[in-house]
Amino acid sequence: MLDVPAGQRTLRVALLGNPNCGKTALFNALTGSRQRAANYPGVTVERKEGVLSTPAGHRVSLLDLPGTYSLRARSPDEVIARDVVLGRIAGLPAPDLVVCVADATNMRLCLRLLLEAKRTGRPLLLALNMIDLARHRGIEIDLDRLSAELGVPVVASAAVRRGGTGELLAAIDRMVPGLVAATGEAAWSAPDAAALRATQREADRIIAASVMVPDRRDPLTRRLDSVLLHPVAGLLVLTVLLFLMFQAVFAWAQPLMDLIDGGFQALGALVGDAIPAEGALGLLRSFLQDGVIAGVGSVLVFLPQIAILFLFILLLEDLGYMARAAFLMDRIMGGAGLHGRAFIPLLSSFACAVPGIMATRVIDSRRDRLATILVAPLMTCSARIPVYTLIIGAFIPDRAVWGWVGLQGLVMFGLYAAGILSALGMSFVFKRLVWRGTPNEPFMLELPDYKLPRVRDVGIALWLRVKAFLRRAGTIIFAMMVVIWFLSSVPRPPEGATEPAIEYSFAHAIGTAVEPVLRPIGFNWQIGVALIPGMAAREVAVASLGTVYAIEGAEEDATQLGQALAGKWSLATALAFLAWYIFAPQCAATLAVIRRETGSRGWVLFTFGYMLALAYLAAFITFHTAVALGAG
Amino acid sequence: MTTVHPGTLGNAARGFRGRILGLQPLTIGGFPAEELERRLLELGFVEGEPVEILHQGLFGRDPIAVRVRTATIALRRQEAAAILVESTDA
Repeated sequence: MLDVPAGQRTLRVALLGNPNCGKTALFNALTGSRQRAANYPGVTVERKEGVLSTPAGHRVSLLDLPGTYSLRARSPDEVIARDVVLGRIAGLPAPDLVVCVADATNMRLCLRLLLEAKRTGRPLLLALNMIDLARHRGIEIDLDRLSAELGVPVVASAAVRRGGTGELLAAIDRMVPGLVAATGEAAWSAPDAAALRATQREADRIIAASVMVPDRRDPLTRRLDSVLLHPVAGLLVLTVLLFLMFQAVFAWAQPLMDLIDGGFQALGALVGDAIPAEGALGLLRSFLQDGVIAGVGSVLVFLPQIAILFLFILLLEDLGYMARAAFLMDRIMGGAGLHGRAFIPLLSSFACAVPGIMATRVIDSRRDRLATILVAPLMTCSARIPVYTLIIGAFIPDRAVWGWVGLQGLVMFGLYAAGILSALGMSFVFKRLVWRGTPNEPFMLELPDYKLPRVRDVGIALWLRVKAFLRRAGTIIFAMMVVIWFLSSVPRPPEGATEPAIEYSFAHAIGTAVEPVLRPIGFNWQIGVALIPGMAAREVAVASLGTVYAIEGAEEDATQLGQALAGKWSLATALAFLAWYIFAPQCAATLAVIRRETGSRGWVLFTFGYMLALAYLAAFITFHTAVALGAG
Repeated sequence: MTTVHPGTLGNAARGFRGRILGLQPLTIGGFPAEELERRLLELGFVEGEPVEILHQGLFGRDPIAVRVRTATIALRRQEAAAILVESTDA
């Protein structure tokens, strides 16, 4: 394949550039919907690939590399960008052409990157993106001069304008005859400080020679930042934005969640009607109804929340606000030993730790990234809400304290606060104990100019994330559900059994076996049994309690289950159960994603272990304090 | 070099305008000086460049947002201490 002339086969082109240079917008403009996201072999860095045809009819396979300032690669994302350019990735031949994408309003750092990339010997092309914006701001660029100085072809592009990529495609067509198939690895070595300084000076000299930049900041960005980065007003705006986001995640998602929930229940009922409950088919019926449909449904019901949360995050990201949020939060997070960039992943974890942990990829240093991954599951995810609402509704009186604050809401707030505080506390502890003596990673990031998010870019990014979630729900989570269903339903109760079916299952055997361990924290064997199916996803514990207490349709009618619990549990047990769920490590999906993102089983066991220990300790203290106060 | 002792960007107040005189090797919290220098260079902190502190955080006036030519970079004051500057305000 390597000896086929480049013009006669699919051309491999990679987009290389700084973060925020509009690279992904350009990628979207070039490939439209003909793109897919996968992972690079062996790592979890997203590999975004798309196909397109040039005007001359050449087929191009386009790769959107992670944004980077240097080939000197510090984060896993940047390692990929470097290895692709150098042709070091197994099964992925080096690109025939590397298109460097630079923000025409801010090209200094990208030109340095381009000069560094030139040393690899790969054919290069510079695309000056956002050219409209640059011209609008009075920046005059002599493209011919720039091209002559750099020694690579230069074209202007505007990803946001229809037809704004025409010159880029034409330039690729012109270059095709000269592109010989790349062979093997390119030679390259990491530059030292002197080399970096020299290339930056060279880049600056070239810019001085070919670009007329008026010394002026973007007026809109200046005005917005005077408020949004103001020490006090900035934090207030951030708080309001977060409040709005939560409001949206919890209030707007509800109707959609009800719809999905209702749909799966109807589907389950349909299956229930079609297959008899008795005899050999009974097991199949239970498998489909309780295992497959209820299992997948209980995860998919979170899709609206996750989609709304990601919509907010993507909008703020494309707007350029996320870097500001990291700036505002850096000192506060830093006190707990976390990086400013950990703010977004931890925020996402309020919806679900799975996307939160995936979002840690933006953190350069492995240590900071690990610390964030380890504490992300402590943030109160939406799966805990059904558990919290059930217990609070059943045990906490609905009355006002201090005249106007609802006690139930106050307890809910307290549970959230406990989650946040324990996440910050644990990261502090990890920093002091686990990573003692390892150097602190500096916090440095570019604050890009504000830009209006584009519907298409946000839409594509949202769809890719939703697809990733659905794929996971369909594979790992589904497999876990099947295992847990098996434990809860097999063996089947004998003919004429009077007790609930779960009492004859493996889950019951395990539940009663662990009961002596759970007794000191006030849990009975029923809770022990409920914790096992709750392994799949925390909220499943609610349905399991319903099963154990033999209440039909407990999922639809939490109040009925609540009344039953109020009669059978002491207040101390209920409070201990809440305390347990602040830390509860039972979420198969989170553990699976930690396994994938850290690439190590050890960290999974560590996370599970420390959360289990905290959950036990918290429940123990809560139970005994409550008993001592007379709530036993 | 002038005989005047230059200040560092880490000590400068908000609104400071100046020029980068050089990068001094500093090992901060065990983070190697050479790597810090390379990262600062990769973000465009090169000798002779004009800099301005645009914003700072609430707590300990940290971190700071620095204008370097056409880019705005956020960094902490302890890393900014590695950047030697002279004031260009008359």
